[in-house]
Formats: sequence, C-alpha cells, structure tokens
Amino acid sequence: MNWSSILSSSIGKKIVMAVTGLFLISFLLVHMGVNACIFKDLFDPTDNGDMFNRAADYMGKTALIRIMEVVLFAGFFVHIIQGLILEWENRNKRKKGYAVNLGNKGSKWYSRSMGLLGTILLLFLILHWWHFWIPSRFTHAGLENPILLSNNRVSHDMFKLMTVTFSEWWVVVVYVLACISLAYHLLHGFQSAFRTLGLSNTRYIKLINALGVAYSVIVPLVFALMPISMKMGWVGF
Amino acid sequence: MLNSKTPAGPLDQKWTDYKGHVKLVNPANKRKLEVVIIGTGLAGASAAASLGELGYKVKAFCFQDSPRRAHSIAAQGGINAAKNYQNDGDSVFRLFYDTIKGGDYRARESNVHRLAEVSSNIIDQCVAQGVPFAREYGGLLSNRSFGGTQVQRTFYAAGQTGQQLLIGAYQALERQVALGNVEMYNRHEMLDVVVIDGKARGIIARDLVSGKLERHFGHAVLLCSGGYGNVFYLSTNAMGSNVTAAWKAHKKGAYFGNPCFTQIHPTCIPVSGDHQSKLTLMSESLRNDGRIWVPKKQGDNRKPGEIPEEERDYYLERRYPAFGNLVPRDVASRAAKERCDAGYGVGSSKQAVYLDYADAIKRYGHIEAGKQGMHEADEATVIRLGKEVVKEKYGNLFDMYEKITGENPYEVPMRIYPAVHYTMGGIWVDYELMTTVPGLYALGEANFSDHGANRLGASALMQGLADGYFIIPYTLGSYLSDDIRTASIPTTDPAFEAAEKAVQERIQTLMNIKGTQTVESFHKRLGRIMWDKCGMARNAEGLKQAIAEIQQLKKEFWSDVRIPGAIDEMNPELDKANRVADFIELGELMCIDALDRKESCGGHFREESQTEEGEAKRDDVNFAYVSAWEYKGEHQWQLHKEELEFEVAKPTQRSYK
Amino acid sequence: MEHKNINLTLKVWKQKNGQSQGRFETYLVNDISTEMSFLEMFDVLNERLIKEGKEPIAFDHDCREGICGMCSMYINGRPHGPWEGTTTCQLHMRAFKDGETIVVEPWRANAFPVLKDLMVDRSSFDRIIQAGGFISVNTGNAVDANAMPVEKDKADASFAAAACIGCGACVAACKNSSAMLFLSAKVTHLALLPQGSPERKTRALNMIAQMDKEGFGACTNTGACEAVCPKEISITNIARLNQEYLYAGLTADK
Repeated sequence: MNWSSILSSSIGKKIVMAVTGLFLISFLLVHMGVNACIFKDLFDPTDNGDMFNRAADYMGKTALIRIMEVVLFAGFFVHIIQGLILEWENRNKRKKGYAVNLGNKGSKWYSRSMGLLGTILLLFLILHWWHFWIPSRFTHAGLENPILLSNNRVSHDMFKLMTVTFSEWWVVVVYVLACISLAYHLLHGFQSAFRTLGLSNTRYIKLINALGVAYSVIVPLVFALMPISMKMGWVGF
Repeated sequence: MLNSKTPAGPLDQKWTDYKGHVKLVNPANKRKLEVVIIGTGLAGASAAASLGELGYKVKAFCFQDSPRRAHSIAAQGGINAAKNYQNDGDSVFRLFYDTIKGGDYRARESNVHRLAEVSSNIIDQCVAQGVPFAREYGGLLSNRSFGGTQVQRTFYAAGQTGQQLLIGAYQALERQVALGNVEMYNRHEMLDVVVIDGKARGIIARDLVSGKLERHFGHAVLLCSGGYGNVFYLSTNAMGSNVTAAWKAHKKGAYFGNPCFTQIHPTCIPVSGDHQSKLTLMSESLRNDGRIWVPKKQGDNRKPGEIPEEERDYYLERRYPAFGNLVPRDVASRAAKERCDAGYGVGSSKQAVYLDYADAIKRYGHIEAGKQGMHEADEATVIRLGKEVVKEKYGNLFDMYEKITGENPYEVPMRIYPAVHYTMGGIWVDYELMTTVPGLYALGEANFSDHGANRLGASALMQGLADGYFIIPYTLGSYLSDDIRTASIPTTDPAFEAAEKAVQERIQTLMNIKGTQTVESFHKRLGRIMWDKCGMARNAEGLKQAIAEIQQLKKEFWSDVRIPGAIDEMNPELDKANRVADFIELGELMCIDALDRKESCGGHFREESQTEEGEAKRDDVNFAYVSAWEYKGEHQWQLHKEELEFEVAKPTQRSYK
Repeated sequence: MEHKNINLTLKVWKQKNGQSQGRFETYLVNDISTEMSFLEMFDVLNERLIKEGKEPIAFDHDCREGICGMCSMYINGRPHGPWEGTTTCQLHMRAFKDGETIVVEPWRANAFPVLKDLMVDRSSFDRIIQAGGFISVNTGNAVDANAMPVEKDKADASFAAAACIGCGACVAACKNSSAMLFLSAKVTHLALLPQGSPERKTRALNMIAQMDKEGFGACTNTGACEAVCPKEISITNIARLNQEYLYAGLTADK
C-alpha cells in the first residue's frame, strides 16, 4: 500500500479532511485571538484599534507567519476540494433514492449537511477575502492612509477598514449567518475529525464532544460579535 | 443388514486407529478432486473450509443470500466439550456416556465416542478463529451447565453461541473462497443428485435468481443441509429450512435413518393465531431459575396474578422432585402437553403453561439486598433489586419475549409451550459419514446423527462442527484415494442430462397444475396432521390415519396447487412448492417409521408403551436398532435395520423422579 | 396481551428484476391482528394475492427470530421499521395504528442492487469479508483454547462487535451508503483479540480497499447507522477501524 492509495481510499480521504479540518480549527483560534483585540476598545475607548492593528502588523510582517499563511492556504484548498469531491462521490453511491427518508430520526441535520454548510462557508470566504485579505495584501483599497502605531511602526489601519466594512447592514447580516454556519459545521466537524483519526476511547470521546460543543459555540460567537459590535457602535472610533 | 463400517478394537481406540490407517490423498491429487457441498451451516461451512484448506476443489451451495445466514446461526445456548477446565470430573468418557444416555440408547457408540474425543479440538479451533466465547475475569474461558449433565462443560457466547460459531466457520469459508479453493454459489438450491455407475458424481442445482438449472460435477457430494423440522410447518427452524436436498438423495438410494425422531423443545413462545409462521425458542437456560406451573382448576380464566399460591400446580416439581424444572427436554415437553390436554392450559389458546420468575426475582432480590447491607429492605426494594439481577442474566431473552408477545415478563409470568426444534433422524450414514450411495456423504443435522432418540442441549453445534472440521477431512480421503484416476466427468454426460430433464419436468408439472390452493395452505395442513398425530405423543391408530391423510394431501397437492409467476425468474413460491412437495413425502415416511417403532424412547413417545405413571417405556429387546428406510417407489419403503450394540454404555431405564 | 385487528394501506416497491424499472404498488390489508409480526402481515397479503391470481411480493427472510440478518425492509423511512434494536421479522403490528399508510422500500445503495421487489443483492458484504474478515488459521493448527488468556473487557467488546448480523441496515440508513459500521464491527471483533493481531494491518487495509471497490461511500460520522442497527453495534467501532487503518497506513512497509 503506497501513500497515494492509502490517502485516496475512503478512510484516507476522511483522514485528509480531518487533518486539514483540525488545522483550520487551530487557525480559527489564532484568527479569533488576533481579531478579538478590537474589543480592547470596549475597555479603553482611546485604543481605537491600536492593539488590533499592532497584532495585524505583527502577523503581516513576521516571516514564519507568512510561511504559515501559505500552508494555511494549502490547507483551505485541500479541505475544500477534498470536501467537494467527497460530497459528490458520496451522493453518487445511491443512484435511486428513497421515497421516504430517514431524516432526523437517525442523525442530526447538520451532520448530514457538511457539504452545504461548507459551501456556504466557501462563498463567505470569498467575500471575506475580498473585504480584507485582498486589500491588505494587494490592492490596499480603503487602506490608503498608513498610521503610526503606539509601538512606533507604520502600518495599514485594518481597524478602520473593519469599521467601514461593517457599517453596512447587509455585510453584518451575512457575517452573522456565516458564523452560524460555521458553528454547525464545527459542531459536527470538531468531534468527527477526532473520530476519523481513531479516537475510540469512550472517556476521551466524551471529553472531545464537550470541548467540541464549547469551541463551536464560543469561537463563532466571538467572531459574530465583531461586526455586530462595530455596527452597533460598541467598538469604533 | 447394514454395515456401519465401525473399526474393530476397543471403543476409545477406534478413531485413533482409524486415523492412523486411513488412506490418504497426496496434495497434487487433491487439486484434481472436486467436492460438492450442499448447505453452509456449521457442518457445511466447516467442511468446505477444511477441505479447501487441504487443497480439494470445493463448490459450496446455499439457498440463502449468503452462507452466513444458515440456521445454525440461531442456536442460543452453547457448545459442549470435554475440556474439564472446571476440574469437576468431566472426561471424554463422561461426555460420551451422557450423550448416549441422553439419547435414550438409540445412537451408535463408536460415533458418539468419536464425537466426544474431538469435542476439545473444536473449542481450540474456534478460539483460534476468533470466536468470542464468554470469559472469566482471569481471561480464561467460562463454562455453564446444561440439561442432562452433572458437569459444567458448555462453552457459550451469551445467547448467541450458534451465531458466533457459524460466523467463525463462515469466515474460514470466505477465506478459502478468497484463496480460490472454494467456489461459493449463493441463492442456489440443489434439486437432484447425479449418480453415475452407482456413485454420486454431482448435482443439479437451480439458480434461484435466474431460475436456470445448472449441472455441477463432483467426485463426491456432501449433504450438510440441516434438519427437517419444518415438516411440522410450525417449528423453531428458519422459514427456508427444508428437506429437499436430503430427500432427493433418499430417492436416489440413500437410506433415511430414524425419520420419526424429533425433538420438541419445551420452552417456546406459544402460537398466537392462525397467522403464525414460525415459533421462537426461549433458551433452555430459563428453566434454571423459572418455575413452571398451571392452575389447579381446569379452564381457570383468572389472570395469573390473581391465582393464589395454593391454587397453582407446579407440575414438574410435583412429578419429578429430583430434577424439578430441569428435567430433560422430552420429559418437560410431554408434561406440558399432558397438562394442556387435560384442560389446565392457560392463555387465550389454552395451549400454554406459565414460566414464572416471581420467586426468582424475590430470591435474587433478597441476596442482593443482603450484599448491599440492606437487611431490613422492604418488599418493593427487594423486587426492584431482584429484577435488576434477572435483567442482567436474562435481559435479552425477556426483551425478545416482550417484542413478540407485548407482555412484560418481569411483571407477568411468561407463557410457554413446546415446539418442534430439531430432528435427530436424517440420512443414514456409516462410521465414515457416507450414505448408502458411495461418494454421497451426510454431515451435521442432515445425517441420522449421534444423538439417538433425544439430543442433549449444546450438542448440535458440537456435532455439526465435529463432522465438518475433524471427521470428514479424514474419512473423505479414504474414499477419494481410490478415485484419483477418475477425471472430471463432463456435465454433458447422459446421467447429468437425464437428471436435469427430470428436474425440469417436475418443475414444469408443478407450474402446469394451476390449481386453486396456495403452497402455504398445503404446508399448514401437512403440519397440522404431523403435529396432531406424529408429534409429542403418537399411537398406532393416529399414525395410520395420518398416513392416509398425507397420501390424500399429496394427491390434492399435485392436482390443485397454485404457483404464481414463471420458471425462468426469481420465484419464491416455486421454491417453496418444491420443498413442500418433498415434505409431504417425508411426512408419510415419518409416520411409517413411528408406526414401526412400537416403543417409547427419547422424543418418540408411543402412547401404547408407557409405564403406569405415564412415563416413556423403552423396549431394548425388540427395538435396539436404527431404522434405515430404503425408498422403493411411491408410498413404498423397505426397512433395513442396523442393530445397536452397547459394549460400554449398558442401557438402563432413564428416571428423573 | 390485549389485541385488536387493524386495517392498513401498504405502498410497496415492486420491481420484476434487476433490469426492469420498478414502481410503488398500493395494497389495502384488512383485519390484521396486532399480534402478527410484520412479515406475517406480508404472508397474509401474499396468500391473498396468489388467490386473486396476482403476483405476490418477494422479500428476503429466513430465521424470523432476528439473528440471520436476511430480512431487509425499509419501512416508513427507517430500515427494519420503527422499533429500535429490532429486525423487520421481530417487528410486530402493535407498532402501527389503525388506518395507517406504510411505505415499504428495498435497501437502496448502488452496492446493493435490487433483485426483485424488496430483495437486494448483498454479496458485496461477503466479498468484503473475503478481503480480510477472518483469522488465517487452518483446521488443526490451533493451540489449547486456554493457552491465550483474553482480557474480559476486550473479549466482551469483541463479542459486542461480533454480534453484527450483516443485514445491511447501516448501509441503507447512511446518507453515503457507507458500509463502515459493518466493516468496523468485523475489524473490531478480530482486532481486539490476540488471535487476530498478526493480520491487523492487512485486514484493515484490504477490507477498506474492497469496500471502496464495491461502491460503498465514505463514512462522515453522522451516526445514522448506529441509530438503526438492529443489534445496536456502536459507532465507536468505526473510530477503532479508523485507528487500525491509520496505524496500518503509517507503518506499512511498502
């Protein structure tokens, strides 16, 4: 059994999904941590995004992080492509369907809808890149005026870009919906990844399930609070 | 006089000597020898796997969609082996002796001793295959006790021992399929044996999916097709279990041994109505703790809970104080029938007795309360604790009872009634398991077996696997070693053609009847006749009536049966018609055999032969023989006798008082 | 037990053979005793159909005591019908109400092609076992049964997995038509025993390869299989199979 045949088998594909999924889960934690710096504004109204911008500046200018960014993109790419292939293949394993379906009698709707939730997240991701990543990396649209940070470095004002972006209602609504999709995607994905990687000890499965629920609620909630609090004016200039 | 080909010498040396001197086939020749195996239960699957391992070219057939479905899978209790792991005095001799005695001295000593000898190897083999037998905390195998023995020698896997053993054999079989040594034919039914120059040389089989007839050559043919309890229509057998393969062999010259020996199991869920299609066994282990009773008053319609203690008749404890509720199967079954026939039966059909766990629940509850230090526990607590213990021990059986009857056996006593369970009779075989047709063998329940007139619990699995794993691999070589120069006979041989034509014509005839009555209705009527007149109690007059009725039924069947559909397609009704036609003929032979055997022995109870207290009376002077019937033409059979000699286990009258 | 008679409408899948198109056929069945099993209700209907000169409904069944794994009806959207931990043959008519409509379909999966009406071909399961669902020990090779103690917990867990009856309900329920619960039950049964240890790696790899070849889908851990399994085989077995596979994949020599 060579690598390619192992990784292209049904379990192999799932292992790829699980590994990339867990990697993306760890990324989310970092992403959330960095972005949560905007909430400094809640406690210190003079911050005006300084802490967040410093963090963003650090992330953008550190070599290791830049390398990791490439890995991250690879991770996204593999997770998305593999996920779509898997969904497509699995759907084709039953050419003739049932007249009456099992539905929620046997499983949770979101565990059966990972493909759909993932596709929603992909569409959101494209929007999200267009909003933030492409401007910060390439076009600098909306970031024309660099600012001086409190650590005396000159940087883009990502904070301002956020406040501008989230001043529109539809953007806030889309982001919140995406966070809900993310929550359900994680609710299944988190524990499923561990199962796929072979976690079979009942005690640890319970632990992972609890952790998974906590993660799936907290992380998307924190993310969702960002556009909401900016739109509501809790965080801003 | 039939020659059983039993080797000479002392009983405990026969098998060793046989193995030491039997002719062998060298590996290069085995590759050229083809063996056809019918049925993939414990006997068939284990034989196919073992012969495949030896290098024979094996073709195995089963009518189910997979060999794993064979009805061996439904055996619950366990498998006996003379391991003596419990240090309780067990030995090969004791297992041999218990089996001979339990069979009421109607089995062949040499075969039974051999069975006891190889019993240990079976357990070893099964464990090596990964059969998950129950274990103790130290990691070693656990044993339980079973009816008719005084030692703990039964190995088990919860209530699914048959399933686990069959899956083990099935996996060994599938491994040989993967290695190319065995070719598996699922959804195929054997419809005739092909005999060329007096030797069995192949079969005609019907592909049940396409309806096409196929010819398959074999240097030898092994029948591992199970028992024929379904002749009674209602039995604990699977719906598909049938006698067809054995019956075809019988009509091609294989003698049928002791056809009337039927085992009626005492603890089954009773019939609930005319719609009933089969009966479900409740494990014999339930009699360990449950008490069996009926009301003392005839036709008592009160609910069981309303009948006070002094108005209950614990008839087994009353009649058999020494063994009580644990008397052997045949005795317990007859006692239940006696009570119901006398008008003491319970339930809406009045054909049932109570199996009551109330006492056991209280007893276990008190023990448990004591263990937990609750010496002043009230009644409710005791019952709650007791129910927990019973659930732990018998939970799956109680659940099954509740699913089927809708009653909660923790609250109300279970209703049980005897049902046909196993057939000790079958194709007559010699010491080498060969039938009276050279090259045709019968293994497992399909042969007339080592159980005499009554089988002990946990011995069927033992015999099936002994035949398949450890006996046929030796004895088949003895025959095939003379056959190494016989090239495969092409299936264009006239004998194959003639056999296929006969099968085809029979099917055609059946389909052309286009009558008015369904196959099922004929089967039900046959079952009714058999159960009433050739069931738990038999008498000459009833049997004679039964024979006449069956002959009439046969005429009616062949002139008025209706089979829908066509021949060249999947047609379950046609499959069933083929089987029922054979059951009808077998039913007649069973009655003839029961009529001939004017004694009572084991499961065969002739009302004319009983003691003053109503117990079975054996007649060793006149009936210490195996009846082997030769088919001579429609309604005609000739009896051949194999005299049974008991050199070691001297017959005594069984008593459980 | 109190029982009554009920009337039902059945919508049953009828299909002449594997090549033909099927369709639903509607039957009215009256006076069905609640004491009947589901299959006995079909017996009653079939008897009537034969008498009326119509084609009876073909369905797989054998032991009718919930252990052979042959029965396989998809009843009102659930394999083996509404009762948990129950095969079709053990399902009784008490589960239904008077006047109810019951839809009965065959197992649906590419790997289980329909043969006729409600019968499907499950030989793919046999071929998965052939790929490695065994311990390679020839008859006569065995050492004494007690020569190899097995930890009781492991023996019990092995037995729990070995209780699988190979009916295919897991595949029928799975949105991906995956056979992972079936496969994992076998792999777990053998992997937990010391006897099964020498072939652990090849077993997991080969059985999965065969499953993929047969056209079953991949597992996405939805849990539908576990919910409908008549023998209540745990989905934890799938995690153990993943573990076995991962270990085998990472440590394979070639």
